[in-house]
Amino acid sequence: MIPALEILAKIGFMLAVILGFLPLLIWAERKGSAFIQDRTGPNRANVLGLRLGGLVHPIADVLKLLFKEDFRPAQAHRALYTLAPFIIMTVALTTYAVVPFGDYLEIAGRRIPLVVADLNVGILYVLAIASLGTYGVVMAGWASNNKYSFLGGVRSSAQMISYEISMGLALMGLLLIFSTFRLPEIVAGQGELLFGFLPKWGIVVQPLGALLFLVAAFAETNRNPFDLPEGESEIVAGFHLEYSAMKFALFFMAEYCNLTVASMLIVTLFFGGWQIPWLPRPVLEANAGTLLPVLLGVTAALCLWIALSFFRRAGRERGRYGDARDREPGFLGLVFGLVGVGLLASFAAQPWAIGPAGASLFASLMQVGAFVGKVAFFCWFFIWVRWTLPRFRYDQLMSLGWKVMLPLALANLVVTAVVIALVDGGIR
Amino acid sequence: MSSSSNSPSTRIPDAAWRKRRTWKEAIYVLEIIRGLGITMRHLIHNILHMSDMPTMQYPDQKRVYSSRFRGRHRLMHREDGSPRCVACMMCSTVCPADCIDIVAAEHPDPAIEKYPDTFTIDLLRCVYCGLCEEACPCDAIRMDTGIYEIVADKREKFVVNKEFLMDHTRGPEL
Repeated sequence: MIPALEILAKIGFMLAVILGFLPLLIWAERKGSAFIQDRTGPNRANVLGLRLGGLVHPIADVLKLLFKEDFRPAQAHRALYTLAPFIIMTVALTTYAVVPFGDYLEIAGRRIPLVVADLNVGILYVLAIASLGTYGVVMAGWASNNKYSFLGGVRSSAQMISYEISMGLALMGLLLIFSTFRLPEIVAGQGELLFGFLPKWGIVVQPLGALLFLVAAFAETNRNPFDLPEGESEIVAGFHLEYSAMKFALFFMAEYCNLTVASMLIVTLFFGGWQIPWLPRPVLEANAGTLLPVLLGVTAALCLWIALSFFRRAGRERGRYGDARDREPGFLGLVFGLVGVGLLASFAAQPWAIGPAGASLFASLMQVGAFVGKVAFFCWFFIWVRWTLPRFRYDQLMSLGWKVMLPLALANLVVTAVVIALVDGGIR
Repeated sequence: MSSSSNSPSTRIPDAAWRKRRTWKEAIYVLEIIRGLGITMRHLIHNILHMSDMPTMQYPDQKRVYSSRFRGRHRLMHREDGSPRCVACMMCSTVCPADCIDIVAAEHPDPAIEKYPDTFTIDLLRCVYCGLCEEACPCDAIRMDTGIYEIVADKREKFVVNKEFLMDHTRGPEL
């Protein structure tokens, strides 16, 4: 009974991260693109005057999509048309199962590994499930009975086939070095130090592999510069052109779920997963009594500083709009101020006198936090790249995939294998 | 290249660039990092200097136009409040959009001759060229209200009459 509950809790945590990232990513995409392009971005929707810098807009978007007509073209294939968005969403929400989001959690003597399913073929599972996502795109494109949708679906399948090969080959070098298919073991292996000072992260031992995997991950998630299946300037919206209401929302959400999952994979394989560089678990546990108060103090100071700047802004911009929006800076200042005061009040519980059980919990939470932080950075990286690079032309996409990425991935694999054979497992 | 004959301007820079580009440009990665730096610089600058943003928050903020801006028309009054217009049809004749419709009537004062019985402007047809202003011999029609938000929910409302045009206190609502 308890193991089942544990697994459910872990699934719940991962779902919460992925689905919680959704509105934040949509917000970051809209607001970030606006700032990159010298615009202000969304700032109108508000609840009782609270706009939160545009964070209310995703709620407004979802409400709109919920009440829109669920339209189906007359000549569309009924079953496949309905099934396609579900397939995409299912795949997007299945891949994370083998990704470790922390080392272990020790509660009441039970040691819970922080991974939903510790498969011995973890990476193969990831690659297999991720490539199933193409079926959703191809089905959506074909079932819509629209030439643009069809082109989008065809482009997607060709792109996936081309880049999956490089993706798999780019990973092979990493598998040779860590000699395991299990993601938790790969992450554990990345906790060591190379030459005594360099964290043995995947990007350090496999720089070319990391670059190739990163590019392939962009292609697999259909993100710019590889978003040819959507290609709004050429084929309108590609595979999801004929979709509306919540079916469209599923495609939209799946894109961001895929983005989060791809970030998780990049972090797990090449950026040390939940490892905090130079701070392995024993060090974290031993110094929990110092680190926790420092962390609390810094966060409290930050919150109070934010609160102060909001209050100053409230004074400066009094009566700027003449409606409920004027109350926003004061309210936000109050919230941040209360959080800061609450964090300061937690010093009453003497965080420096933390026990061994508490230290273990602290270390686990720090590592989970490091994982989520790294994932958040790579999610932002996807958005950042999207608003920096133009889209590839189709022939450029294909020649990059087959003439550049594939030979490089093969060369990387051969060189890695030769080095490992010569050193006889020297860096293993 | 088959399209070389009709678009030399697009072909030559591309070919020249391919020969000229250095190995740094050819491996893309360094140039991509440079591009990421540019976008990040814009992002950080705009977060730190939010008020420098050129965006105008339209309904809250409005652009100040020149006093010579041609907005919605108005008809001027005589001292007794009657229209200054003598229904000479100059404006409706010169109007390139043919949007002014005047029905003239005989004025009781023999010194004035005519006055407009009806004077309607179809604001949907008007192109705001200002020729009516220039053609008017009596300075009876002016476009100096500065009103540019000409919005209504029915086409009929855009056809405004003499009373509307002579009421100088009206806002943008039609």
